[in-house]
Amino acid sequence: MRIVVLLKAVPVVGNEKLVDGWRVDRSAGLEANGNDEYVLEAALKLVEAHGGEVVTLTMGPHPALEAIRKALAMGAARAVQIVDDALAGSDALATGRVLAAALAHLEYELVLAGADTSDGQGGVVGAAIATRLGLPYLSYAASIEPDPAAGIVRVRRISPTGYDVLEARLPALIAGTQLLGEPRYPSLRGIMQARSKEIATWTLRDLGIDPASVGPAASQTVVQEATPPPQRAGATVVREAPDVAVERIVAFLVSRRLI
Amino acid sequence: MAGAVWAIGEIVEGAPTRLTRELATLARQLGEAAALPVAAVLVGPDAAAAGALLAEHGPDVLAVEVDPGGRPTAAVIAERVAALVRERAPAFLLVGASNDGKDVAGILQGLLDWGVLVNGAGVRWSDRGPQVEMSVFGGRLVTQSTFAADRGIVIVRPSAVTAETAPAAGQVERVVVDPAIELAPVRVVDRVAEASAAVPIEEASVIVAGGRGVGGPEGFAVVRELADALGGVVGATRAVVDAGWIGYAHQIGQTGKSVKPQLYVAAGISGAIQHKVGMQTSGTIVAINRDPDAPIAEFADMMVVGDLFEILPRLTAAVRARRG
Ligand SMILES: Cc1cc2nc3c(=O)[nH]c(=O)nc-3n(C[C@H](O)[C@H](O)[C@H](O)COP(=O)(O)OP(=O)(O)OC[C@H]3O[C@@H](n4cnc5c(N)ncnc54)[C@H](O)[C@@H]3O)c2cc1C
Ligand SMILES: Nc1ncnc2c1ncn2[C@@H]1O[C@H](COP(=O)(O)O)[C@@H](O)[C@H]1O
Repeated sequence: MRIVVLLKAVPVVGNEKLVDGWRVDRSAGLEANGNDEYVLEAALKLVEAHGGEVVTLTMGPHPALEAIRKALAMGAARAVQIVDDALAGSDALATGRVLAAALAHLEYELVLAGADTSDGQGGVVGAAIATRLGLPYLSYAASIEPDPAAGIVRVRRISPTGYDVLEARLPALIAGTQLLGEPRYPSLRGIMQARSKEIATWTLRDLGIDPASVGPAASQTVVQEATPPPQRAGATVVREAPDVAVERIVAFLVSRRLI
Repeated sequence: MAGAVWAIGEIVEGAPTRLTRELATLARQLGEAAALPVAAVLVGPDAAAAGALLAEHGPDVLAVEVDPGGRPTAAVIAERVAALVRERAPAFLLVGASNDGKDVAGILQGLLDWGVLVNGAGVRWSDRGPQVEMSVFGGRLVTQSTFAADRGIVIVRPSAVTAETAPAAGQVERVVVDPAIELAPVRVVDRVAEASAAVPIEEASVIVAGGRGVGGPEGFAVVRELADALGGVVGATRAVVDAGWIGYAHQIGQTGKSVKPQLYVAAGISGAIQHKVGMQTSGTIVAINRDPDAPIAEFADMMVVGDLFEILPRLTAAVRARRG
């Protein structure tokens, strides 16, 4: 099975900041998005079971390389990075278009994406890409079971009441969650091998995309204002023995009209 | 209906979901503020019957009946909504931030090429159209965003508005649309119900969450009892979900759910950043932890230093006593 994993490099959670107005700072300190590591792990396990290879696809600037190298060290065969100055400040719409255009240059039976990202929080890019490429879209996956011989894949999708078992033909795009399993740590051997693995760099020109159709000028969404939320006053600390502590909690909840 | 605001709803067990009722209410409010027409769209085997319930919130409902066979997939919903959008040219679509809603929004983005504003915690009308409030970077910033063009899709979180019935109910119009583009089919082989999954955690106004401090699956009993006494639901950290003490549906944080209840009680939770980003915008945060220096002390409103097994049962009893 040939599997493409859509791997976004995001700022370390808790360290995100804005620059140049409303752009997320991606100049340093990027790591792989949490959900994207879960789907990468699932992809590596599928390839171990069925043969084939995992290729990662990232749209992101130079500092994304660290996350890409880690993915190679975990076991991806090679990586594609779309880098272009014009891409900074792109919205989800442009991101989906660019990634879909890149996928058209790759061969695969499965494309895996994360259910959502810690910086974008949208959980929409995967669905938009599948739609553009005419691929079946299966989301919120807790397990992925392809049957390459039959040309189908089955997914357990988290539902409001439990889970749904979904089936679609291959190739398909699947967005996955933490339930796919804990990502492996790169081994020393993996880290050594990663050094000789290919990281192809593609530009918008390679993909035939007009730079004017991406970036902030083409963005369909505009941040008007960003402000810190109201500060909390700091915690009231309660250290008394349980009975008194509980009286104080109750008094506090009553004062805030919560009980 | 040019320029209209549409709420794209969801039907579960024959009725519009609470979030769908909120979207219809929001559509009506925006329509009144902007003097624009509004409508709600429901796609499902029982769309007209569910539409009659939704119309109580004001908007006219476009009910698209599809073949029986349970809840339609996001692809089935989105291809019909897209066809209706092409036919009737609304300007803004409100979609709920449920799993199905986000899928519908993402597919619509691919079909229509419209911008999407995600994670809306509030929407009001501005001179640039809908202005959407979002909490970003785990609550460290609040942004206000608009669309660059006179169209767009807003993904709205639960409880951004309170669902209200309107003085005059809308009409239900049964519509038949042929999807212009047939999306690649996804077959629902089975729908499996799990008792533990039915936690409306994103809609709850009180959450009592347990972390590794509860010590094991049985330790959740004291957490559950306090949640019951407060009329709330049970939340959890990833550590206890990974340990198998409770289901993933309860997980709050970076790779779980984001919640904003009025009251969040954190029992035996250290307050790691990946947990914090999912709950720090809660109204009031009360932490119970043996360790006075646990990171949660930095963002709680009340930090109770003590053993949760001594505190929670007494607190449950005290809450029950007050409630009678
Ligand atoms: C990519 C990624 C994504 C993640 N996503 C999430 C997520 O979505 N949600 C999430 O929660 N975490 C997430 N995490 C994990 C996170 O980093 C922490 O490991 C986790 O939140 C810790 O859970 P905890 O507070 O239950 O456990 P601990 O950190 O072990 O804290 C237990 C606390 O209980 C206290 N305690 C122990 N016994 C008692 C007692 N008897 N009475 C009172 N207090 C007691 C201790 O003092 C301690 O503070 C993620 C991590 C990564 C890397
Ligand atoms: N710039 C990007 N590069 C690679 N993959 C991406 C990028 N942006 C989004 N994705 C993929 O789409 C998923 C959903 O992203 P989002 O809609 O932004 O939450 C992510 O988990 C990734 O798998």
